[in-house]
Amino acid sequence: MIEVKNLNKSFNGIKVLNDISVSFETGKTNLIIGRSGSGKTVLLKSIVGLHDIDTGEIWYEGDLFNKLEFSEKKKIRSEMGMLFQGSALFDSLTVQQNVRFPLDMFTNLTPGEKADRVRFCLNRVNILNADKLFPAELSGGMKKRVAIARAIALNPKYLFCDEPNSGLDPLTAILIDELIKELTEEFQMTTIVNTHDMNSVMEIGEKIVFIHEGNKCWEGDKNEILNSTCQTLNEFVFSNALAKKLREE
Amino acid sequence: MILKFLTQAGLYFLFLKKVFSKPEKARIYYKQTLRELVSLGVNSIGIIAIISFFMGAVITLQTAYNTENPIYPTYLIGLGTRDSIILEFSSSVAALILAGKVGSNIASEIGTMRVTEQIDALEIMGINSAAYLTLPKIIATLIFNPFLTLMSISIGIFGGWSAGTISGVITSANYIYGIQYAFIPYYITYSLIKTVFFAFIITSIAAFKGYYVSGGSLEVGQASTQAVVYSSVLILLFNVILTQLLLS
Repeated sequence: MIEVKNLNKSFNGIKVLNDISVSFETGKTNLIIGRSGSGKTVLLKSIVGLHDIDTGEIWYEGDLFNKLEFSEKKKIRSEMGMLFQGSALFDSLTVQQNVRFPLDMFTNLTPGEKADRVRFCLNRVNILNADKLFPAELSGGMKKRVAIARAIALNPKYLFCDEPNSGLDPLTAILIDELIKELTEEFQMTTIVNTHDMNSVMEIGEKIVFIHEGNKCWEGDKNEILNSTCQTLNEFVFSNALAKKLREE
Repeated sequence: MILKFLTQAGLYFLFLKKVFSKPEKARIYYKQTLRELVSLGVNSIGIIAIISFFMGAVITLQTAYNTENPIYPTYLIGLGTRDSIILEFSSSVAALILAGKVGSNIASEIGTMRVTEQIDALEIMGINSAAYLTLPKIIATLIFNPFLTLMSISIGIFGGWSAGTISGVITSANYIYGIQYAFIPYYITYSLIKTVFFAFIITSIAAFKGYYVSGGSLEVGQASTQAVVYSSVLILLFNVILTQLLLS
């Protein structure tokens, strides 16, 4: 479980996150939703420690993460996997080497054991036949899959996904969503997904947090989101023509 | 302006502190260093060899045409070429060339990794990204650049001999006598000491500029240019300081 308490973050005096308190549950796909520029990515990057926060607390189980030293954070970080918006695969490494990278850095496995683990991860994301390719030779969807394979290589307790569907067609986006949900349940991870894609919300949203202009405006699940009385949330959820039509019906 | 300079200087030394912290896994850093030896060292042999040859040739011809006087023995052309190459060209000028080639390469590589979130990916894994990306490059250039300097000296002197004998401004025997005349071995040591300092400046400045890029491809290009400009200025500054310290 990850708990955020009274988190505040500003850049050059401009407040981006305002007193955010939320908890993310283990074994569930937790979604942070909101418009572009609402502070979702800053919140996610603050939770994983890529941004230093101004005030507040970030708890990983019993550890106050934001107060730990770099060396102390390493243990928790070795239990994190993250899927970045642009996949962030290492350009100079092949698919296989990208997935093996965390194993080389943090385990003492034999080359054979590493190869088995890499094969398992690539097989799990259905991309086994591309292991010799470089990231530049992959499509957007394939890159996301490889990034997921790399993120799960060390069997993480926490999985973070920053807009996993951006730039993907609707069918590939659904496949990526389903993969994230399956992996979360299979490995009992605490997964946090940043998205503004309502398809994702309705597909995988077990716990949903809505952020608007740096404030937490609403919290609930995918069954509650359609009946919310929160005005800003409704504007976001029913912003496209199809959703408006469905609501009217 | 001063505040900006002090902020950058402070950030640079904090960056160096991160770079020289204990590596996560020494074996991985060793492998990475071998890769960088090839990428930053071996791949620079060609350009250094070509430039050294022609610079040696030009120095010989210029020395010859500027000392056309019966009072001066012609073997002084060889001596002049030797000392110019050892004292200045193969350490300082070659370092400026490498600042352009290697410096821009490092800054753009690390800068691109920053803007495409690859550095964030390393940090998330718990890896000290500054050390992982920079330390192998620094070690590789500290090891390999002295070899480049020695190679540059040899090829430069050979270039001088080629140009001198082909153009007829000096005989082979006189040139060879000249490059042996009044030779001070310490000059080689001086040149190598400068090379090591310059290698550190080139690599660390370029890595620093690349590491702290924010924005997109435009900023990566700007960082790459700044890396070359800053490291070139520092090379020239330290050239004066080291010369005063080592030769006075």
